[in-house]
Amino acid sequence: MKLTVQDLNSHYGPAHILFDIGFEVGEGEVVALLGRNGAGKSTTFRSIVGLVAQRSGRIMFEGKDVSAKPTHEIVREGLGYVPEERRIFTDLTVEENLEVGRQPKRQNAPHWTREKLFALFPNLGEMKNRPGGRMSGGEQQMLTIARTLMGNPSLVLLDEPSEGLSPKIVEQMVDAILTMKKEGVSIVVSEQNLHFARLISDRAYIIERGRICFGGTMAELDARPDIRDAHLSL
Amino acid sequence: MAFYVVQFLTGLASAASLFLVASGLSIIFGVTRIVNFAHGAFYMIGAYIAFTLTERLSGAFGFWGSIVLAALAVAVIGVIVEMVLLRRIYHAPELFQLLATFGLTLMVEDLVVLIWGPDDLVGRRAPGFRGAIDFFGQNIPSYDLFLIVLGPVVLGILWLLFQRTRWGVLVRAATQDRDMVAALGVNQKWLFTSVFAVGVFLAALGGALQIPRDAVHHAMDLRIIVEVFVVVVIGGLGSIVGAFVAAVLVSELNAFGILIFPKISIILVFLVMAAVLIVRPWGLFGKPEAAARKTPGLTVNPWRPLTSNERLAALAAFVVAAMLPLFAGNYLLTVGSEIAIFVIFAVSLHFLMSVGGLASFGHAAYFGLGAYGVAFLAKMAGLPMIVCLLLGPLLGCMGAAVFGFFAVQLSGVYFAMLTLAFAQIVWSIAFQWVSVTGGDNGILGIWPEKWAASPSHFYWLALGVAALVTVALRAMVFAPFGYALRATRDSLLRSEAIGIDAKRIQWTAFVIAGTTAGIGGALFAYLKGSVFPDNLGISLSVDALVMVLLGGVETVSGAVIGAIVYKALNIWLVSQTDLSKLVLGGFIMLIVVVFPKGIVGMLEMLAQRRRKSSPPGSPLLAKPIESAE
Repeated sequence: MKLTVQDLNSHYGPAHILFDIGFEVGEGEVVALLGRNGAGKSTTFRSIVGLVAQRSGRIMFEGKDVSAKPTHEIVREGLGYVPEERRIFTDLTVEENLEVGRQPKRQNAPHWTREKLFALFPNLGEMKNRPGGRMSGGEQQMLTIARTLMGNPSLVLLDEPSEGLSPKIVEQMVDAILTMKKEGVSIVVSEQNLHFARLISDRAYIIERGRICFGGTMAELDARPDIRDAHLSL
Repeated sequence: MAFYVVQFLTGLASAASLFLVASGLSIIFGVTRIVNFAHGAFYMIGAYIAFTLTERLSGAFGFWGSIVLAALAVAVIGVIVEMVLLRRIYHAPELFQLLATFGLTLMVEDLVVLIWGPDDLVGRRAPGFRGAIDFFGQNIPSYDLFLIVLGPVVLGILWLLFQRTRWGVLVRAATQDRDMVAALGVNQKWLFTSVFAVGVFLAALGGALQIPRDAVHHAMDLRIIVEVFVVVVIGGLGSIVGAFVAAVLVSELNAFGILIFPKISIILVFLVMAAVLIVRPWGLFGKPEAAARKTPGLTVNPWRPLTSNERLAALAAFVVAAMLPLFAGNYLLTVGSEIAIFVIFAVSLHFLMSVGGLASFGHAAYFGLGAYGVAFLAKMAGLPMIVCLLLGPLLGCMGAAVFGFFAVQLSGVYFAMLTLAFAQIVWSIAFQWVSVTGGDNGILGIWPEKWAASPSHFYWLALGVAALVTVALRAMVFAPFGYALRATRDSLLRSEAIGIDAKRIQWTAFVIAGTTAGIGGALFAYLKGSVFPDNLGISLSVDALVMVLLGGVETVSGAVIGAIVYKALNIWLVSQTDLSKLVLGGFIMLIVVVFPKGIVGMLEMLAQRRRKSSPPGSPLLAKPIESAE
């Protein structure tokens, strides 16, 4: 298994947010984490990369327990994270944003260079010196993914990549994610949009009120319209 | 004409060191969000170490090598400080960070005297820059010309460092979003440490470069830090270009201010700062900060009025205190009066800080103004004591009204720096305007009238006023005004959204706190029989902060206990050791790191823990609660 999450519990102050979350991601797999707004998708991701202080449980990445490590060490193991809010450095240019994400080459992961990323996201290549703050939402979404890929991750946590984007950009995003998969990057993608998830994912988990309530292939999910209707708004 | 040109060049030369120190402060703040109060101390150590090295190492290389070596040595000290002290308080509220670094400053002041002695040290001239250049009959030291060139050169080097290196890109990214930088695999710890080292290096270099111009002495830290605060407030915290422009501006204002108002040259700087704050509260080159929650404490428990039992206990404590003259001698009663006066001072700051969320670093200004108010009325107008006591605090009130108006335009660290700068300006006026204030000699012979002259009578007077003030301010906390003030503290935006005029409420609170401090100052003038510029000095302001912190920032009236314990300890300590600053500084750091909740806060926590068993540990050491998605 590429990534195994077991009994993950997280708190924000006195509030218990995640309850015994568990899921697995295989080598080269794309797994969707589906759920409504506030179900706990982003908190799950933030907990995995150590951005939530109060968390417990086991997170095995490539056979190593990373649950006690600080954020930057987890990321350096090759576990990339793309936040939902994009969090572009608005004062930095596109190239400088990519530079912040740059990490050395890794054995078991595809190696990304600026040129390769500009080929994947042609829009970015046309605005290398533009400050992040003066880019459209779609361009920022591409930049945040490209920035994480500069770290040469072998697995990427993608938090709601289609949120707030125009249909045309969403199509580009699907292509980009499929390219990443073809290159050999494992991906966990959190989504509210089942249609988008279906285009890219091998398997899916459904999260509701901080608990995993379904796990299976996309076909298995389609066979259970009751679950789909109960936990996902279409 | 030539004279003015030379004056202008002298201003430019002074700007170089000021820029170095201010840019260091700005860089550190940008990434770590800590306003490093100890920056002046690093500047001072830089000068002292450079002095020693230039005495030992000879030749041209010896001099310049010493300057650089001194700055490097201080940078190493800075790294140790960062790793040992600052790493523990990065997540603490800014008040704690300011206080901890101030505690460090106090310690350094005593250490420097221990190592280098109390006398001014005159350093060597720089080899190759010993002479002066004749400019139409006026002399310009050639070293000044060197400094004039150095300023822009350093600005250029810093620009390249931040724009052209990976380190610079990471620092700029971290200035904007530290967590995201970590989420991209960058080790924040070392980034912070390296940034701190660079900032401290710049401060120490600024200090080391001063030795051919100025004598090295153990008070140079406070003088520079106040100027640096003024510079970063004008230029914008976090902006290096802003630091450069503002350093030049402030230095020129100083250079020419002497010609216009020879006695109170600092007025000119103040006027410019006020003008900038009205137009751009975040400084000429700064960016507006998002309004954050400003509670100065860690977590404020819901406040409630005292129960009737607790009221009885407080009354009993007051009665016991009032019985002190029955068995105590004159010395103890004088100490008691002083403590009562400091209770007034501490609760006034506590009101502003804990209830209003506005941590003033210059609260002594209003205490001292009240004292000077009494002195003017009693000595010049010859008014009776009771009239002086009633009218004297009005000077504190007026000072608070003027400065408070500007100060509440800002919040957080800007507020703290601005209040400190204001207090220092008032101090400078009291110090420089000898014809009115007597300068360093103060105003003497302000003695109470017969009815209050005996130590026991004066003690009762001070105690009575202290009790009255404490009850009045406490009542205000639970009155509609107090609710509104606490609302502005907890969320400025939301309070404005429900129709509270936040700035006016805060301004009112500032004036109330200033006036109350003035009442304390008025009594203090009569207790001591004299008024000195020290009555408005920084160390008195910090005393007040420590009293509030010691009592508990998050409590309703912890400052009363804090003032009693602190003042009693302080009086005892000063009688026991010459190194009171060293002990006090260490004490401040200890409270900040180990007991951030203060005495009353700890007692409340223990009482709570007895009720329900939830051990919350030291919240300073844990990461803060992130906002939920």
